[in-house]
Amino acid sequence: MNLTEVDLVDFVIREARMLDEQQYEEWLELFTEDGIYWMPLEFGQTEEKLTTSLMYEDLLLLKTRVMRLSGKRTYSQLPKSRCQHLLQIPSVDKIDATNNDYRVFTPFHYVESRNDEKELYAGWMKHSLILEDKRLKIKLKRVDLVNCDSPHRNIQLFI
Amino acid sequence: MSYLDNPSSVLNLVTDDEAHRDVYIAEDVYELEMNHLFRNTWIYVGHASQIPNKGDYYSTTISDQPVLMVRHTDETIHVLYNRCAHRGTKLVTDIHGNTGKTFRCPYHAWTYRTDGTLLGVPVRDGYEDVSFENSFASKGMTAVSNVCVYREFVFAKLQDGGIEFEEFFGDSLSSIDNMIDRSPEGRLEVVGNPLRYMHHCNWKMLVENQTDSFHPMVVHESSAGVVKEIWEDMKSNSNATPMAVECIVPFTSPYSFYEKMGIRTWQNGHGHTGVHFSIHSDYTDTSGYVDQMKEAYGKERAEEILNENRHNTVYFPNLMVKGPIQTLRLFKPLAADRTLVESWIFRLVGAPDMLLERTAMYNRLINAPTSIVGHDDAEVYERAQEGLHCTNNQWMNFQRHYFGEEGVAPMEEFPGTTEAQMRNQFRAWKKFMFLVGDQSGVQA
Repeated sequence: MNLTEVDLVDFVIREARMLDEQQYEEWLELFTEDGIYWMPLEFGQTEEKLTTSLMYEDLLLLKTRVMRLSGKRTYSQLPKSRCQHLLQIPSVDKIDATNNDYRVFTPFHYVESRNDEKELYAGWMKHSLILEDKRLKIKLKRVDLVNCDSPHRNIQLFI
Repeated sequence: MSYLDNPSSVLNLVTDDEAHRDVYIAEDVYELEMNHLFRNTWIYVGHASQIPNKGDYYSTTISDQPVLMVRHTDETIHVLYNRCAHRGTKLVTDIHGNTGKTFRCPYHAWTYRTDGTLLGVPVRDGYEDVSFENSFASKGMTAVSNVCVYREFVFAKLQDGGIEFEEFFGDSLSSIDNMIDRSPEGRLEVVGNPLRYMHHCNWKMLVENQTDSFHPMVVHESSAGVVKEIWEDMKSNSNATPMAVECIVPFTSPYSFYEKMGIRTWQNGHGHTGVHFSIHSDYTDTSGYVDQMKEAYGKERAEEILNENRHNTVYFPNLMVKGPIQTLRLFKPLAADRTLVESWIFRLVGAPDMLLERTAMYNRLINAPTSIVGHDDAEVYERAQEGLHCTNNQWMNFQRHYFGEEGVAPMEEFPGTTEAQMRNQFRAWKKFMFLVGDQSGVQA
């Protein structure tokens, strides 16, 4: 199966739409068993585990987030948050079928809203994807906020 | 009427077991706290490992005052107000940096030595015959005169006079000692930048929550409870309990667990949860760390250090340290209804990386603005900040396990779900709001 740039771009755009539509169960299916969602705390951070990040989550933690969002006693989601992704056209950085290694880079604006508050976040997301059973899966999604080191209010959904 | 017209009237806002809403929502009470309470008490500035070399600085705030902590040419640590003596420009704006031997103002190029003394002014003859030597400007950058470096933890008190460092903290320093002693080399190092989490609530709500053992099973059911549930499902396929599960699941422990954990209070508003054990007691060690500690300290002393599993230690007014997981949280008040929480982590120098990995994980899981634990905490504080505007009932209640006659002994112990530590903080609030003989609200 040969993947084209269009396949990779479509994947990223479809993923953002799933998040905006809060199709979380379907979204979790996009990750490999050892997939990671990473949001560094420092600009240009290279260390994953031995320093603080905003998020560095495996499937156990991502599932926890998803399940929690719909909990009856999840007070910070009463009422619920909404979100919207605005993506720049993703650029494909790597198509390497031999090593099953696909990389996509996507600048974004992201709005999360709850009650009367609305926060705007901007940054860049990098997807490291692999082909598994003929489906693209996320091995690593890295989200770098342009102001990763600023004070933030609650960020409750997924960028 | 403003409390600023009659400052001492704020003392009536706090009784033995209740606090009036104005101590949380009134801007003039907040202003008095900044002008008095936060000047009369010893405030945590930073850690010496943030400025290891001469000329290294760290810029921060003490209450609403911009300050910087700098390593002088003779290796001593100085805390200076971060403004040019000339026209007020902040001299540094980076959080961390190295200034070499001098600070140089970007506006008119006045220069200062790293102890704050004025070194040079361009074309100095312009100041001849103007009584420059009598000016504030000629004194250079103002140094905070009351600075204490306790085992590399730097504290400062802005107001001269009043309580000495050792008397203010007393035996509560044992929690900082324990965190440091957990390093086989007896040394800590700050790692990375802090998480910075903005809350729309009063700083005291956050500090009170640090020893509130009556809330985790309620507020964190949604996060810790879910991790537990998912882990129960998954664990049949796995041998080891993941670190994340060890960090979060204990938050769901029942009332009886927290009750038995116990709370200890010290004079002057300090206190800690986890007298007998805590949610940090059962971390797995697969790294050889325990053996390393026994090697370093001897078996008996190592066990003594590691069996002390204090949960949260509050250093009044706005610091919390968590020894067994090596995190530190500083609650920086910005307004009556704004608080910035900084959460820092430390490396136990000489210990295996696994411990730092757990510390970093704990910090992001519990203290981040992206934390599913933090989200529900922030929610309840902010609901309280809004709810307190109801005028029918204007009081916060702190009566849980109050039997009278508290705060008499240097150290007291209580059942874990008590609100005794919050009452302790309010006693200190009243004690340090005004120095003896100064209830005028006018700064010397």
